[in-house]
Amino acid sequence: MISLIPRYIFNFFFFVLLQVLILNKMEFSGYLNPYLYVVFILTLPFETPGWLLLTLAAILGLSVDLFSNTPGMHMAATLILAYIRPFILERFAPRDGYEPGTLPLPSYYGFGWFLKYAVVLVLIHHMFYFVIESFSVENFMRILVKTLGSTIFTLIMMGVTMLFTYRKKRRI
Amino acid sequence: MRNFLRFILKHHFTFLFILFEFVAFILIVSYNQNQRAIYLSSSSRMAGGLFESVNNVELYFALKEVNRELSNENAYLRSQMPTSFKQSKDYFSLVGDSASVHQYKYRAAKVVNNSVRKHFNYITLNKGSKDGIKPDMGVLCNRGVVGIVIKCTDNFSTALSMLNPRLKISAKLKGSDFFGSVSWDARSTQYVILDEIPEHAFVNLGDQVITSGYSSTFPEGILIGMVDEINHPEGESFYKIKVKLSPDFSQLSYVEVVENIFQEQQLQLEEESKQ
Repeated sequence: MISLIPRYIFNFFFFVLLQVLILNKMEFSGYLNPYLYVVFILTLPFETPGWLLLTLAAILGLSVDLFSNTPGMHMAATLILAYIRPFILERFAPRDGYEPGTLPLPSYYGFGWFLKYAVVLVLIHHMFYFVIESFSVENFMRILVKTLGSTIFTLIMMGVTMLFTYRKKRRI
Repeated sequence: MRNFLRFILKHHFTFLFILFEFVAFILIVSYNQNQRAIYLSSSSRMAGGLFESVNNVELYFALKEVNRELSNENAYLRSQMPTSFKQSKDYFSLVGDSASVHQYKYRAAKVVNNSVRKHFNYITLNKGSKDGIKPDMGVLCNRGVVGIVIKCTDNFSTALSMLNPRLKISAKLKGSDFFGSVSWDARSTQYVILDEIPEHAFVNLGDQVITSGYSSTFPEGILIGMVDEINHPEGESFYKIKVKLSPDFSQLSYVEVVENIFQEQQLQLEEESKQ
């Protein structure tokens, strides 16, 4: 597990920079805002302790916030994602639990499993983010459309990212 | 204490989450303008909101009554004004004999239907012949002339709005006594046209246009509007003056219906003289 630390540090910077330098600049009609950085939380090892998970989520959200000039907003949404992750993982666990030494990636537990897991968490994250962004539930339809559009967009990008790392992860 | 610590340790995940969320929330409301505004306004709304809403509800129920009383009193006071009395300038009339000279009576009414967007606009009032309203009475509001009653049922009456090309009101310029007639050209809901002012009259922008008192419907001197634009069509000896209406017809609420007690007498006499 120790050997994974440098890779996660790299992942952290990679996704934050990807988010703030490229994805935040993309604008598709205002309804499609991909937030790919949540992949970092999604792919953390199963055994990650709760406090570390939350701390990493807070730092990750705050870093994205700092660069996109929205202090606290990504942080709050990412924290919710991190808080819910253990419950979702428990719920979607295979019959004999997760094998030690594996990571929550499609290469270990199949594409279907990962999609299920990612859809729920990304949907929750995006929903909370857009609610916090508008800070009211007046235009709830608008928030819903934004959430759905952006979730699909994020998932497609996530799929592309997974294709890149598919082979590498096999070797671990 | 130990149990408490154990409880905290057992649920450290949730507590840490709540703590972090709290920090995030503080960050959000202190550094994001939009969220901050919403947070501040909604928190003060919650605090003061309850008492205020209760108070508002009470006030609203009272408002209707207050409005009705005020408009009735307005109508009464207007009836008592010097302009409501027949002004006689001969030396022999009795001073203070109000019964014989009272000429104009005012009744308060509420607008229940109103249109401004059509070509021929009408107003419906909530009082009818039961309340003493008859066709050909004038309709005023506190800011000026509104129209003329054309039909009455027991409880309702309809009036031609000033914004109706079928209505012509005799008007004059305040201060100079040159008179003409005001009618609507069906263009803007804020302007009417004052016609038939002779070209040798002095007209300035901003002059007040008032009723002339010749028409037997309105007392003299009720405001219609202000001169906004002066045109002099070529080859005509009359000005065509654009007048900005004083009342806002899109938000009429309470009006007064003015009755000229001597109207029939005047009309009858005029009719007989023409034959």
